[in-house]
Amino acid sequence: MLETVILIVFAMIGVSLLLNLWRLVVGPSIPDRILALDTMYINTIALIVLYGMNMGTSLYFEAALLIALLGFVSTVAVCKYLLRGDIIE
Amino acid sequence: MMEWVISILLLLGGSLILVGSIGLVKMPDFFMRLHGPTKATTLGMACLLFAAMAYYGFYGEGVSVKEILISMFLLITAPISGYMLIKSAIHHRLDSIESTRGKDNIEED
Repeated sequence: MLETVILIVFAMIGVSLLLNLWRLVVGPSIPDRILALDTMYINTIALIVLYGMNMGTSLYFEAALLIALLGFVSTVAVCKYLLRGDIIE
Repeated sequence: MMEWVISILLLLGGSLILVGSIGLVKMPDFFMRLHGPTKATTLGMACLLFAAMAYYGFYGEGVSVKEILISMFLLITAPISGYMLIKSAIHHRLDSIESTRGKDNIEED
């Protein structure tokens, strides 16, 4: 049963990644695109955790942690650039 | 029994992530669009990581701390990035529809 559930959740996260990609391409303003990119980072963490569960190894959690860290830092850096016109003043 | 718990947690997490992305696409203006990802994906990621913790505790190599680490990190950093996004949206004076609440609280600078 667990294999089927993991496949269903894979499909759900894939659909949500496609919706985020649509918002990233269409999005009328720049903060919309940054929000879509941030959501794509979080969905990628979910995808990596699920892939690790599918493979039966917990080797992928370090990659998920790295993606979480880089996603947060890049979101804050781009927002800072939008607010100030500069990242480090 | 444990398989049922893991399956329900996984399905709950996946549907919360899907609801967050649908909210990101369907909502009319940016101030409403921020609600979907910052709330629903945090809850969905918490559900998925709890499911992963139960899975590795039951089938694999024992309960590890890394899931709690990722979940705590996302819980701490999601409000900060939401705050920075709403600051930049107010700074750029984005359009909003009539029924968006709280526009009176925005200061003129």
